[in-house]
Amino acid sequence: MAGVSLDTVRKIYAGNVEAVKGVSLGIEDGSFCVLVGPSGCGKSTLLRMIAGLETISGGEVKIGDRVVNEIEPADRDIAMVFQNYALYPHMSVYDNMAYGLKNRKTPKDEIEKRVKEAARILAIESFLERKPRALSGGQRQRVAMGRAIVRKPQVFLFDEPLSNLDAKLRVQMRVEIKRLQRALGVTSIYVTHDQVEAMTLSDKLVVMSGGQIEQVGSPSEVYRRPETRFVATFIGSPPMNILPGKVEGNGRVSIGGQSLSVSDMRDGLAVGSDIEVGLRPEDVRAGATGQLSMNVDFVEELGATQLFHGKLGGADFIVQAPTGQIAADAKQLSLSIDPANVHLFDPQTTKRLGKA
Amino acid sequence: MRASQDRSNNDLCRHWGLNHMEKRAHFSSKTVPYLLLLPQLAITLIFFYWPASQAIWQSFLMEDAFGLSSEFVGFDNYRHLFAQPEYYKAMSTTVVFSLAVGTLSLACALLLATQADKKLRGGEAFKTLLIWPYAVAPAIAGVLWIFMFHPSLGTLSQPIRALGLDWNPLLNGNHAMTLLVLSATWKQISYNFLFFLAGLQSIPRSVIEAAAIDGAKPIRRFWTIVFPLLSPTTFFLIVVNVVYVFFETFGIIDAVTGGGPAGQTTTLVYKVYADGRVGGDLGGSAAQSVILMVIVIALTAFQFKFVERKVQY
Repeated sequence: MAGVSLDTVRKIYAGNVEAVKGVSLGIEDGSFCVLVGPSGCGKSTLLRMIAGLETISGGEVKIGDRVVNEIEPADRDIAMVFQNYALYPHMSVYDNMAYGLKNRKTPKDEIEKRVKEAARILAIESFLERKPRALSGGQRQRVAMGRAIVRKPQVFLFDEPLSNLDAKLRVQMRVEIKRLQRALGVTSIYVTHDQVEAMTLSDKLVVMSGGQIEQVGSPSEVYRRPETRFVATFIGSPPMNILPGKVEGNGRVSIGGQSLSVSDMRDGLAVGSDIEVGLRPEDVRAGATGQLSMNVDFVEELGATQLFHGKLGGADFIVQAPTGQIAADAKQLSLSIDPANVHLFDPQTTKRLGKA
Repeated sequence: MRASQDRSNNDLCRHWGLNHMEKRAHFSSKTVPYLLLLPQLAITLIFFYWPASQAIWQSFLMEDAFGLSSEFVGFDNYRHLFAQPEYYKAMSTTVVFSLAVGTLSLACALLLATQADKKLRGGEAFKTLLIWPYAVAPAIAGVLWIFMFHPSLGTLSQPIRALGLDWNPLLNGNHAMTLLVLSATWKQISYNFLFFLAGLQSIPRSVIEAAAIDGAKPIRRFWTIVFPLLSPTTFFLIVVNVVYVFFETFGIIDAVTGGGPAGQTTTLVYKVYADGRVGGDLGGSAAQSVILMVIVIALTAFQFKFVERKVQY
């Protein structure tokens, strides 16, 4: 077992395109780290650099105590699960899993023992003799994971492993990956663009954008206290509402003339200056007496909850409420919010304006 | 605009008796499908079945010396053929020549394709250059090789002699065969290269990367992953190359050695030409081409029946 640490890692492609702009990150031994971000944010490139599939243009990647910049992927003691599974189509499931062990000259009976063990854990014992093309997507994904776990590597790397599966299977496999990682205790780095996967799987959540890290923290930290407007709108579904506002004084802002109190607000902001106010759709309460009023345009039914779409102070606004709490034909809502759930951002730097 | 286009498309389909709402074409009349098949059928009939049946018929005939009359002689042409030691010599020459050209051109092309598949500076230019020889006509390719290796004119003959080898493809049968194998191989490498390269590019990069992470070094990766996944391409190329060495090398043989010296580079297809066209023995030549056709059909059938089993689709 080993942790992974990155020190100002850069990737510059031909033509001076900087895909990863100096990322530093420490991943503790045995933890589950998820890199999440929109496509093109550099998360996959970063993972491939850790795997050794991309050269490192600058900085240092360490696995355990060893700098691996110049070490071949085979010698980094890692295993990777690819988005398209990348199974060897001409080999049986057994041979797919045994390949890495054969390459390392593992004794035959040891190979058999480990493959059988992995197959038992993943419940794929009954089709060890089949070729990958005779398997369903979910089964192929299990084989790909089996190929990773038989080697008993120091680090697991997952490159969007669930994005080719249908929604139901994705939820099921997500749970299995989490359970497997807990049971094996192997350091795991997982890349995804799906924020639900990111939230549910990670011990450590890394939100990336434009080749840089936006925020690192536990899922609940990132959700409760987003450090930038990007993180605030990227994590959480439906996304956080961002409204233009003005500073009224210490602990008070106004949105379109309607006043709101805030608990996490930086001291000494100039009165009357512009500020961005973030309110999560699920934090807003509709009632008889609220500080804010919203015009409802339409309602989306999600079963357990309803989404009310409309306008507040001229900007788009969404309110999420348990079904039945608000009349579905309401045209106007009076909204209140706990001051602890108001997030403030600098309109220029987009950074959080919370207490220092 | 859009609607009127759709309508005219519908009219067109109805005109041809096609119902474009379904994926399978349905024809309202019986003649339209035959009409659509006719060009392909005509080509096959005119350029394969008709000449093939002509050759079979001709192989049972004997012509007089002036080609004015012919008589039916049954299997005499075939009997005569198998009594000639030259015919067996041509067979063994063909086997040596085919094996050498086939193996060399496939192996070289595969080596070049694996190298060209790497990310290289100027890789596109290399690929284009490697494909060029395919655009050279066989006769011209032959002449190019003569210019290089002719015992007195060849630019490379002097250096070879300087190395102590008495190089003379005009007199030495082994030298002639070497030259022929080289030129026929050179001509075919481009074609094989193109297909191998396409085959290599269709192997998902992630599979290669997975193998790299699984600890397979490049050579092992090639033999355990890349080569098996290339097998459909390799199989196709073996079939095509057999046809190439048996039939299409005629031009290059004619230009480089003319079957000489003393018939030492006369392959089966060249003998068909030499006996029929030069020697005027149309019946015997027809019998040879019938045998050649049977051999190639048998070889191809054999490949499909036995070699194809090893192909990983």
